[in-house]
Amino acid sequence: MSEQWPLWEVFVRPRRGLAHGHVGSLHAPDPRMALQHARDVYTRRQEGVSIWVVPAAEITASSPDEKDAYFDPAADKVYRHPTFYEVPEGVDHL
Amino acid sequence: MSARSARSAPGRRVGDRAATDLVGYLLRLGDDALIAAQRLAEWSSRAPEMEEDIALTNIALDQLGAARALLTYAGELEGAGRDEDDLAYLRTDREFANCLLVELPNGDFAVTMAKLLFLAAYQHPLYGWLAGSADDRLAGIAAKARKESAYHLEHAALWTVRLGDGTDESHRRMRAAVDEVWPYTHELFATDDLLERLDKAGVAVNPAAVRDGWLDTVEKVLDEATLTRPVDGWTPGGGRRGLHTEHLSYLLAEMQVVHRAHPGATW
Amino acid sequence: MYDVDAQGGGLLDEVEAAEAALRAAAERGAQAGGAGRERFDALIAADQKIEPRDWMPEAYRRTLVRQIAQHAHSEIIGMQPEGNWITRAPSLKRKASLLAKVQDEAGHGLYLYAAAETLGVGRDELVDLLLAGRQKYSSIFNYPTLTWADMGAIGWLVDGAAIVNQVPLCRCSYGPYARAMIRICKEESFHQRQGYEILYTLAHGTPAQHQMAQDAVDRWWYPSLAMFGPPDGESTHSAQSMAWKIKRFSNDELRQRFVDMCAQQIGALGLRIPDPDLRWNDERGAYDYTQPDYAELMRVIAGDGPCNRRRMAHRRRAQADGAWVREAVVAHAKKAADAKKAAAA
Repeated sequence: MSEQWPLWEVFVRPRRGLAHGHVGSLHAPDPRMALQHARDVYTRRQEGVSIWVVPAAEITASSPDEKDAYFDPAADKVYRHPTFYEVPEGVDHL
Repeated sequence: MSARSARSAPGRRVGDRAATDLVGYLLRLGDDALIAAQRLAEWSSRAPEMEEDIALTNIALDQLGAARALLTYAGELEGAGRDEDDLAYLRTDREFANCLLVELPNGDFAVTMAKLLFLAAYQHPLYGWLAGSADDRLAGIAAKARKESAYHLEHAALWTVRLGDGTDESHRRMRAAVDEVWPYTHELFATDDLLERLDKAGVAVNPAAVRDGWLDTVEKVLDEATLTRPVDGWTPGGGRRGLHTEHLSYLLAEMQVVHRAHPGATW
Repeated sequence: MYDVDAQGGGLLDEVEAAEAALRAAAERGAQAGGAGRERFDALIAADQKIEPRDWMPEAYRRTLVRQIAQHAHSEIIGMQPEGNWITRAPSLKRKASLLAKVQDEAGHGLYLYAAAETLGVGRDELVDLLLAGRQKYSSIFNYPTLTWADMGAIGWLVDGAAIVNQVPLCRCSYGPYARAMIRICKEESFHQRQGYEILYTLAHGTPAQHQMAQDAVDRWWYPSLAMFGPPDGESTHSAQSMAWKIKRFSNDELRQRFVDMCAQQIGALGLRIPDPDLRWNDERGAYDYTQPDYAELMRVIAGDGPCNRRRMAHRRRAQADGAWVREAVVAHAKKAADAKKAAAA
């Protein structure tokens, strides 16, 4: 059927101060309708104060095959974390 | 609780008249919302797409919520012990005060959207005005309903534009729907003695005053939808006096059947 | 862990526990190295979730698509028996609850179709399979709703059975399905209560209302028991699904749990369960009960229930009536996109 609407991913900010998080997806013909539908489908119980909708086809995702190449190199970069560094005793607020 | 109201008793004071007027007005508003909710609810499991099924039900729930608040207030003000259910389920066709627009059958999706567009474009500014009503409780109900009707208006406008400027078939259907429903919009702005008294008292607004704004809103949407505003002509009316279309009795028969089959029962 | 023998332990607590377990597994991180099947097996063994782009056996994918689609179809078809009473609900409060409940079912169907779509199949394809009669939905929705009391019996029994079935699915090994189920179970927690409240009110109302309530329980009891599927010995898909951690408990385990819950909950209703042999068995620590008629279940699944044809005709009509609307907005979106492109050029 040619009239199947495109898929959109929905991101909702649950409360002021929090980041938008992915909550699910839906079908809609265009951005305005996607936004309205997202409001009806995903915020019926006051789950959010702000919504983003993104066409699913526009998302570029990393692949599980790239997982090692992408994410493992970060595993030995311990110097990016504060616990890597020693602080002399008696020094506070550092 | 079918106690009859004693409001036609002779020798009542001016304050009683004001209360009676407000009860009458609340029933008009409440019945508009209730019958609109009933019609929209008929779409459940029948909408063109799942997302829209959810949207239509949300709008039905908004209308139903407003209806309950308005009818509850009407019953309390009337003082005859009638609650929202007595008013919804135990009044007869001739006692309903809704406009004809809301009782018209749903038709196809274009007719439903035309009805919703015209209703929401009327309810939104009306509730906006009523949010500042001299009657605090009505003002509170209206303030909530106003926000909801803003969404109804946006939703109906988006659909009208898309159907009007979609395919040849959708354009034809949307144009036919607007033509079919248009005559029933005149009743929304018709005035009478009750409205004039409430207007003077600062409780309600004479709806004739919101028609210009309504036309502005609706014409913009129709224009974007590549549709033209129908010519004014036939102006059916009478709903406010309980003179309805042939459709209302069937709607009420269905709505009231279980409740009426068990007099005095609680649910 | 979820405990089949727990009596009246809050099902919602189990949903929370499943969500906590999902988070904990995510925190633990996958220890599974390797690739392909080796990695898949290691993830399953470690109670980690499988995600959409992970390698998975084709049969695992097919099983999930079939099960999630059937679940989604059930939500969508399941709107009809209750939707049937929205316009006649006997109070405005009940009308609002029922509207919200049927609306949730549309939402849950939508979440589930979305979960299935992560497995590379389109919602339109799945809907086509349903309309062509090539995929099933729960047989329970092929029974008619004859009185208002059926809204109570469906809420209490049918939603009750569905929740017992669904709570373990919150721990399913496929991430998108597990997450959808967690959301659905949380939202559904009000459904069973509203049903129980309707029945309770009727059972304690006028004699005619009480009778209506009992009649509804009489008609819905055995079809609800049949919702758990055929007995374990005859269940075709169970063993592999258990190994893949898609399914966590057998049909009979879940059915027993449901019976035990209902046997306890019927008391306050002042109604009776239509099973003269329902009684507590000390030895088993569970209720003995009469099995539903599985031959009837098979007949209904095969298409000869009281409402199969009506439900499908309704769905097909809605789909057909909406076609011009769906096409129109796609056409409008294309016009808008073309206009934007032309303006940019």
